[in-house]
Amino acid sequence: MLDDSIAAISTSLGEGGVGIVRISGRDAFRIADKVISTAGGNSNWLKESHRMHYGRIADPATGKIIDEVLFSAMKAPKTYTREDVVEINCHGGYIPLKETLRVVLAAGARMAEPGEFTKRAFLNGRIDLAQAEAVIDIIRAKTENALKIAVSQLDGRLSEKLAFIQDKILTMLAGMEAVIDFPEEDIQEESNEKLTGSTGEIIGELEALLKLAATGKIYREGVKTAIIGRPNVGKSSLLNSLLGQERAIVTSIPGTTRDIIQETINIKGIPLVLTDTAGLRETEDLVEKIGVRKARELAREADLLLLVMDAQDFYTQEDKRILRELDFSKTILVINKIDLNETLSYKEEFPIPVVKISSLSGQGMTALEDSIEELITQGKAALSETVIVSRARHEDAIYRANKHMEELLAGFSTGVPLDLLSIDLRSAWEALGEINGSTVTEDLLDRIFSDFCIGK
Amino acid sequence: MEYLAGEYDVIVVGAGHAGCEAGLAAARLGCKTLVLTVNLNNVALMPCNPAMGGPAKGQLIREVDALGGEIGINTDRSAIQMRMLNTAKGPAVHALRAQADKLNYQENMKWTMENQPDLDLKQAMVDKIAVENGVVAGVVTDTGAIFKARAVILTTGTYLRGRIIIGELAYPGGPAGNMPSQKLSDNLANELGIKLMRFKTGTPARVDRRTIDFSKMLIQPGDERPWNFSYSSDIEDREQIPCWLTYTNNDTHSIIRENMHRSPLYCGMIEGTGPRYCPSIEDKVVKFAERQAHQVFIEPEGKRTNEMYVQGLSTSLPEEVQWKIYRSVSGLENVQIVRPAYAIEYDCVDPTQLKPTLEFKSISGLYSGGQINGTSGYEEAAAQGLMAGINAARGLKGRKPVVLSRSQAFIGVLIDDLITKGIAEPYRMLTSRAEYRLLLRHDNADQRLTQIGYEIGLISRQRMDRFANKRNLIVEETARLNNVRFKTSPKAQGFLEDRGLVIQQGTSYGELLRRPEFKYRDLLKLSGDMPDLPEDIRESVEIEIKYQGYIKKQQTQVEKFDKIESKKLPENLEYLSMRGLSREAAQKLDQIKPLSLGQAARISGVNPSDISVLFIYLEKANRESGGKKTVE
Ligand SMILES: Cc1cc2nc3c(=O)[nH]c(=O)nc-3n(C[C@H](O)[C@H](O)[C@H](O)COP(=O)(O)OP(=O)(O)OC[C@H]3O[C@@H](n4cnc5c(N)ncnc54)[C@H](O)[C@@H]3O)c2cc1C
Repeated sequence: MLDDSIAAISTSLGEGGVGIVRISGRDAFRIADKVISTAGGNSNWLKESHRMHYGRIADPATGKIIDEVLFSAMKAPKTYTREDVVEINCHGGYIPLKETLRVVLAAGARMAEPGEFTKRAFLNGRIDLAQAEAVIDIIRAKTENALKIAVSQLDGRLSEKLAFIQDKILTMLAGMEAVIDFPEEDIQEESNEKLTGSTGEIIGELEALLKLAATGKIYREGVKTAIIGRPNVGKSSLLNSLLGQERAIVTSIPGTTRDIIQETINIKGIPLVLTDTAGLRETEDLVEKIGVRKARELAREADLLLLVMDAQDFYTQEDKRILRELDFSKTILVINKIDLNETLSYKEEFPIPVVKISSLSGQGMTALEDSIEELITQGKAALSETVIVSRARHEDAIYRANKHMEELLAGFSTGVPLDLLSIDLRSAWEALGEINGSTVTEDLLDRIFSDFCIGK
Repeated sequence: MEYLAGEYDVIVVGAGHAGCEAGLAAARLGCKTLVLTVNLNNVALMPCNPAMGGPAKGQLIREVDALGGEIGINTDRSAIQMRMLNTAKGPAVHALRAQADKLNYQENMKWTMENQPDLDLKQAMVDKIAVENGVVAGVVTDTGAIFKARAVILTTGTYLRGRIIIGELAYPGGPAGNMPSQKLSDNLANELGIKLMRFKTGTPARVDRRTIDFSKMLIQPGDERPWNFSYSSDIEDREQIPCWLTYTNNDTHSIIRENMHRSPLYCGMIEGTGPRYCPSIEDKVVKFAERQAHQVFIEPEGKRTNEMYVQGLSTSLPEEVQWKIYRSVSGLENVQIVRPAYAIEYDCVDPTQLKPTLEFKSISGLYSGGQINGTSGYEEAAAQGLMAGINAARGLKGRKPVVLSRSQAFIGVLIDDLITKGIAEPYRMLTSRAEYRLLLRHDNADQRLTQIGYEIGLISRQRMDRFANKRNLIVEETARLNNVRFKTSPKAQGFLEDRGLVIQQGTSYGELLRRPEFKYRDLLKLSGDMPDLPEDIRESVEIEIKYQGYIKKQQTQVEKFDKIESKKLPENLEYLSMRGLSREAAQKLDQIKPLSLGQAARISGVNPSDISVLFIYLEKANRESGGKKTVE
């Protein structure tokens, strides 16, 4: 049970753009060695346990450099899990972090289950008995969070694509298994060419998915952020300046609903998805135009709300009304146009963080970013972490499914018999099943009995 | 008036395929055993097709045989045809199938039972299971006979509140003209608190051989090579009787469509759940409307009968319609039906109430096996009967239960599925239900299980020696092939040129065998010095070498599987109050009471996080009791 090595993103994102990929287990050093290159080679860092080293992460498959990192290799037992542990600190924010995790997984680590590091720490005797229940709570909480996010972040297109590919695999598998389990029925055995063809098609689909995954395009994860406020307070200008300031626009995809545009921006390594209606940029009167109901809906769904007020016309009746309706725990009050009223003062004590900015001059924008980071990492530290973890988990599953399909293809060309081919096909299906939680046996039997006429 | 009629260690209710194995195993393990049946003429009756084996079922027979059961030996003795199926589809799924002489099969099994020391075989209708303080005490028959026992095994097949349906006609009845067991269900459900389910199955008509025109059909002969199920059988000169293949046609399908309204399935007369893999012909015609023809196999029921079984034409339409359907089929134009097709409904037990030993969780000493547990099939029944018999005997002697795992045997998969996942329709063994199919082959059932059968006490020293000898030959030949290197010779050169192949000097025979284009029998042509080995040994060697890569892969998976399987869960865990479990998981775990972490993980509704929680509880309990680390 504990003989494999696990990896995951281990601190929440956002601490100054640094995230940690942690590897724990018997093969931690060997895995790290495959992806990290240092000036002195591994002889150096292997000898010096518990010290920071400088190195580069590269994808062993392509040789491409992913990030410059600080890392430490810690020999068991003086580690968090009491196993060999490597911690890789990535700087470059979200993408390099995700990529680092990906190559670590490809190098032989298994994606950690939620709470698994803590679980190992307990099982290996590092955490004492009194803390056992706390460990259970951590696992439970993390799992629920992860599950919620994993499901909610499965883009509609990804789920559809997955279901489509799974269906194709299942059709092939049911055909093979029906022939094997019911040899006396006149079930037409598919020709080798046809099966090879289908396998090729499925591989094509999986590869396309992997490519999309690499660019992040199939996901819409991240912290859903809505900018709200009464008309003319400067919401659009805030949006534009956020977009302009951010270091890289990760995605820009027209969403599923007709008018909604989503921009994913990167604030201190945290992916923010600015959910915005197309109308937002044309007109200021969001509240009036799409109605109070729509605004409420937006506010409810979002993980983060930026409530904008106008420094020149501060805290009007309408501002008050809007504020009352919001969930304080996820709201930041942004007072815009501070350049036009430098001396603004007020006596209210707001129960939420307040930041004064000028989206025009850029004044206060850094403070706003700090504030966003703090809000996200405090209350919802697990959020951004699990977002990436579950996403990498999906990618890992697709990757494994693809590998099995490739082995299957090779099998067809070398004349491997049916029962062995079915092993690869089944494994491919199971890998994909990990993403949406489906299990093969029942689905398979259902398919056999519905597709083939079997009886006495 | 009730009276004390006898005292036994073990009583088996039923002498079907489950009952016979259970009774024989218990008696052979030294228990004073009584087997009761509704009718002494129905011992080991095959109410459906007298065919044994096929994919997964054939593996079951071989496994039962390797553990010391009777079904394999009895089939070999009574077979009138043997065929190896799936030979082109790979080593894991080769499947032996036999056509048995139905009466001869029964006669042989009954004779074996009658001559088994410590075993009494009697005719009686059991109406009641006596239970005292949660412990089984014996059985009571309809004539008032009380038989006391310390363990009782229920193997009542399709007899519990059996109801026969032929079109519009329905009446209480057991299979093949036998009496149903009317009262026992009530006792089980209402007095013993056992949850019952209602399933159904059906069988086609039997027809007179002399009224069939075989010239319009395709002959299906047996294999020339003499096969045997049992690793201890050496029968080589078996007279084989062929089966025949014909097809339904559009006329058949029109007759069915026109009479559909008279089907009891479609007018709601049947309440039991039938198996999807055994649909009646009317099901097939409705569901696969585009099919122009369905296969019909005509199979002999025995040497000394003219009754033929008509596989493919199972139906519950009225007898009058059956005549029209059958006579529309090519070759059956003048056929005489001698027994009509019928469906049967019966009560069975929800198997999640059982432990892996097949003992009821709620009643100590009460076991059940066979179709009563919701399965269908002779082989499935025999496998459970054997395991129930073994465990009842061991229970009485205070010995550790024998529970086979999913990585050891199809028997393990079968029982684990039943007790862990429960069932919604009659359960048939399929190779696709096994995760490690490549390891659970029919050629290696003896290698997997003979040793266990020997330790249990059902395999004789002599058979163990025979097995050890075979195993040594396999090991030696495998090693030899991996060491001996190819040397060219005129004979080899000729062979290679014929096939257009090239071999490097010095390539080992093992490597050659791993190439897809070489079979073991080709090596015989390449080399002058091949040992003269029996066919089954050559086969095992070929599979072990040729598929080594895949086999290793599955073995690694099994190692992982075994690890979590070996984490035992105490039976008395309080799941409902366990912090951190999801509600659904807690309830399911409380109901199933899994014995290992692995079994827990297979329960639907139990998620990986629940398993993590259980893991921590285990470790916690362990540390509290001062034990050493459970991990690694
Ligand atoms: C009509 C029909 C069609 C079938 N079709 C198929 C098929 O297509 N494929 C397939 O795989 N299997 C089929 N089967 C199932 C197969 O016959 C059974 O699964 C197998 O025989 C079950 O074995 P068993 O030992 O559990 O029960 P059975 O063979 O049914 O034996 C039950 C035994 O219990 C005894 N018994 C019952 N109640 C009492 C009592 N109260 N007191 C004393 N003795 C009692 C009976 O006398 C009998 O000896 C069919 C069965 C029937 C009846």
